[in-house]
Amino acid sequence: MSHSASAGSAPDARHGLRIFLIWLPLAIVADLLIWFVWYPHLPPGRMSDQAQGQQFDIAVIAVLAAPVLLFVWVYFAYALIVWRRRPGDDEDGPPIHGNTRVQATWITATAVIVLGLFVFGTVQLIVPAGAGAGEGPSPTWVPNTNNTLQVQVIGQQWAFTYRFPQFGGMETTQLFLPMGEQVQFNVTSLDVIHSFWAYQLGVKADANPGVNNVAFAKPQQLGSFTVRCNELCGLWHGAMFNYGRVVTPAAFQVWARGLQAREARIGLLRDLPPYALTYDPTVLPQLGKDIVKVAGITGANGYYYPSQLQSGDPGDPVSP
Amino acid sequence: MSVPARVVTLLVAFALVALGAVYVVAHFVVGNLPTVDYSHAASGGVVNVVLQEDPQNDSSSRPDWVSYFVMKPGANPSLQSSWVHTTLFSVPANTRVNMTIRAYDGCTPPRNNFWTQVQGTMGGVMAFQQFKDTNKPMGPVHVTPTLNGWSHCAVGHTFAIPSLHLFVPVGSPDASASLCGSSPCVSGPFTLQKFSFMTPPHGGEFRWQCFVPCGGGYVDGNGGPMQTLGYMTGQMTVVGS
Repeated sequence: MSHSASAGSAPDARHGLRIFLIWLPLAIVADLLIWFVWYPHLPPGRMSDQAQGQQFDIAVIAVLAAPVLLFVWVYFAYALIVWRRRPGDDEDGPPIHGNTRVQATWITATAVIVLGLFVFGTVQLIVPAGAGAGEGPSPTWVPNTNNTLQVQVIGQQWAFTYRFPQFGGMETTQLFLPMGEQVQFNVTSLDVIHSFWAYQLGVKADANPGVNNVAFAKPQQLGSFTVRCNELCGLWHGAMFNYGRVVTPAAFQVWARGLQAREARIGLLRDLPPYALTYDPTVLPQLGKDIVKVAGITGANGYYYPSQLQSGDPGDPVSP
Repeated sequence: MSVPARVVTLLVAFALVALGAVYVVAHFVVGNLPTVDYSHAASGGVVNVVLQEDPQNDSSSRPDWVSYFVMKPGANPSLQSSWVHTTLFSVPANTRVNMTIRAYDGCTPPRNNFWTQVQGTMGGVMAFQQFKDTNKPMGPVHVTPTLNGWSHCAVGHTFAIPSLHLFVPVGSPDASASLCGSSPCVSGPFTLQKFSFMTPPHGGEFRWQCFVPCGGGYVDGNGGPMQTLGYMTGQMTVVGS
């Protein structure tokens, strides 16, 4: 500030006032544009309560961030124009030893913003039942209803399948959901780590082998959504995606009961393992731990799940 | 060194590095794997594609990996020279593919028995028949929508094109039989399996893969041939008209 005064321009207070008066209308215009123009189009959209909550969060953060960003830009531009070195001015700037008012204002403002965002973010995780994120096997924040559709998401290289325990445990590669009903996703994996990301629903939960990772969503718009793996999981990770659909509750019932009936008719429901929240891929229910003793179960070189363990080791359940 | 000389030196060095990177990518990543062209083999809107899967392969680097082979169009499956060690093949768009798989590898329980359901084929079924050896069937042809790989040790691998919603379990020979030991297999016990599906009306690349974790020697069977083009996964190129 002293530097500017010595350059022969306005006194310190006038510089601050000028910067403020330039910044204020820009910030107001930017925030109005963000809230009324950009907000409705922000990702991930409003296909579920959780997605709508995330869209709101992004809009709030954008409204808070825009004035800060504009202040930096305005200050930068003002400094370049007003405090630039002029021809013949070879004088050094004055030494600056600090400014208590500026420092106090800076610390207070940034502390308020950071702590405010911390509180806001925490509340936003609680209010919409976990905000669509995986909450682990014992979710802290659950929806306030017992009428929940259970959908198990099983990741495996390289596809997701879905089991519906309320429909006989039927399994499918297609994901249909009823509009307006609370859905509980139980996400797990049969091999490596995947991540279930139903983008337009605002749901993302890691799929870990041996872990049931719970996430919630309540679809509120009809249409299709993208399901994508969001964890690098091998050769075809990039191709591990498909599309789900939100349909009316009546259409969902028709679809689910039709699929259940078909799988019962062809014997698939009988052949699937009993529904469980996780599955141990080295213990097949119909074969049990005696898989090792079943004649003829061989892979390329006589091993199903080869390991570095010695044959006969209790931890090696599959050596023939 | 003058400025022009330095600029030229820099550009030459950059070009050499870029060419080297292109060579590495072209040679080691996408090169060396032939594509068997079925795109001109269709007749009357139908093309017959023949694959086989073996308990080993004919490569010098990974001979113990399970592997698929693709037969040349119209060739004699009884001749080893008819088979190409690749998993890339091309077919025409909007065409019925009559797929035949000669399965020589032994049974391996699928990790998820859901994959023993036939999905996406015409009629939702596939036909399979076990053979003791060529021209020596063990029983009748079975037409089925499922092939339980757990209660009966009858599934070796799967053939799946997820983006076409095509999932087919591939049967295995009699569990007590001695498997073919020299690839490409032209003798020994096998299961002959047939199903049909339609290619999409537009061109494109469609990955296909096995869903049985059959990568022997890798963690939980997921690595090796499961992750390598030319073995248990590949691409079907659909050629648009």
